[in-house]
Amino acid sequence: MSTLQLILLVVVAAVAGMASVLDEAQFHRPLIACTLVGLVLGDIQTGIILGGTLEMLALGWMNVGAAMAPDAALASVISAILVIVGKQSIGAGIAVAVPIAAAGQVLTIFVRTITVFFQHLADKYAETGNTRGIEMCHFLGLSLQGIRVAVPAAIVGILAGTDAVNAALAAIPPVITRGLQVSGGFIVVVGYAMVMNMMNSKSLLPFFFIGFLLAAFTNFNLIGFGAVGVIAAIFHIKSIANEGKAATAGAYGVDDVDDSELMM
Amino acid sequence: MSEKKLNRSDIISMFIRSNFLLGSFNFERMQAIGFCVTLIPALKKLYKGDELSEALKRHLEFFNTQPFMATPIMGITAAMEEQKANGADIDEASISGVKIGLMGPLAGVGDPIFWGTLRPVLAALGAGLALTGSIIGPLIFFIGFNAIRLATNWYGMFYGYEKGTQLVSDMSGNRLRYLTEGSSVLGLLVIGGLVSKWTSINIPFVLSRYTQSDGKEVVTTVQSVLDSLMPGLVPLLLTFLCMYLLKKNVNPLLIIFGLFAVGILGVACGILQ
Repeated sequence: MSTLQLILLVVVAAVAGMASVLDEAQFHRPLIACTLVGLVLGDIQTGIILGGTLEMLALGWMNVGAAMAPDAALASVISAILVIVGKQSIGAGIAVAVPIAAAGQVLTIFVRTITVFFQHLADKYAETGNTRGIEMCHFLGLSLQGIRVAVPAAIVGILAGTDAVNAALAAIPPVITRGLQVSGGFIVVVGYAMVMNMMNSKSLLPFFFIGFLLAAFTNFNLIGFGAVGVIAAIFHIKSIANEGKAATAGAYGVDDVDDSELMM
Repeated sequence: MSEKKLNRSDIISMFIRSNFLLGSFNFERMQAIGFCVTLIPALKKLYKGDELSEALKRHLEFFNTQPFMATPIMGITAAMEEQKANGADIDEASISGVKIGLMGPLAGVGDPIFWGTLRPVLAALGAGLALTGSIIGPLIFFIGFNAIRLATNWYGMFYGYEKGTQLVSDMSGNRLRYLTEGSSVLGLLVIGGLVSKWTSINIPFVLSRYTQSDGKEVVTTVQSVLDSLMPGLVPLLLTFLCMYLLKKNVNPLLIIFGLFAVGILGVACGILQ
């Protein structure tokens, strides 16, 4: 790896780390982070494939309320470096990604705790009306999240491809990498389960089964599912709107829903 | 005293800052600094001296919502601060009250729409294409998600500012409920499809093998029996098992490790492939 590549790698890692707390532009998602690492390291193809594989794994990892997702940023960056520089299989990439996601979660909890200090510093700046100071606290917190991923990435970037690391990765027996790759195919159910639990609505479960049956017995692609989903949503909104009207208007007209309101 | 008025570029500057809302997320007051930093362009224009420091302090209070849903709240808050700076009778408590009153319901709308529907659907679409090595996969996810996100943040900010406190009464209507339920229906339907079609599990364990009279060999495996019953049955059952475990507060990473163990054991015993 050239010095320029190492510098670019650290930049990509820092951006992914910052995105993992911001959760805005999604640079921390495996699909994007692995692709960018692949681009920097000169093997974008492998980056994209690994990114797609890990994205399926991480589909339901989300920050809701105060709960925190396993850390996709660190996992994607480190795993992509090892697979591309160390010339490892996708299975080996999955093998390292999941424990690293757990480690990254611990690191981000640590940073989010340290940031409490900046919160109190910001209070002091507010006393004196120092807006620059508050902005500084904000962006220091953000940079810590970048450093959190950039430093491990730099270390792994330097070590990856060395004989010791390759020997360690090669020591993983093929039955394990093969097994991990096989589980990679269905581990996404954890993500689906997380998403469904978040929706947390038993009354909407029939719509899940419509989707399931359509997929089981037809050749619909995702666009098709999206279209059926939108139609189902319109019907569902009409029916809850009617319920509301029936409740407020008693026996009176339960039809006539104003469509313009439904469509937002 | 001349009237203090926020202009379009102030709101745009707030929009730009809103993209960094969670930067200093911490366990004490969560998005508080980010909220304050977003409002700084407005507060600096409206207040000086002690009034400014009071305003900064009241926006360093606890705040947490779905990040894209924060922008209408920021817009309303800016509108209220503008009225207050011009002498309207608005006390600190009512500004904080609006913020706190809105962040829960708006998170309740934003979470299922963005985290429950938009991101998993676009990510699954993108990841499916990415598995074939196509750059279209990551691009579709990145461009699609960010276009919708930026539009939400942009319109949210302006809508909140222009509507002001009137938006609070809008919210009590049914529109938000329609939007939440509608997007949940869409999300669940697509996930139903994903569970069946985009989850691969193959159990080629041979149950019986015989040769027909015409010399063709018929192999019956666990998978072929399951497929003739209901394709995607195993992923469906696994999904419900995971939902159950998650509801029992089992750590998702632990479940993932458990499924890894199943995969490795399955391959080792030749049951899975």
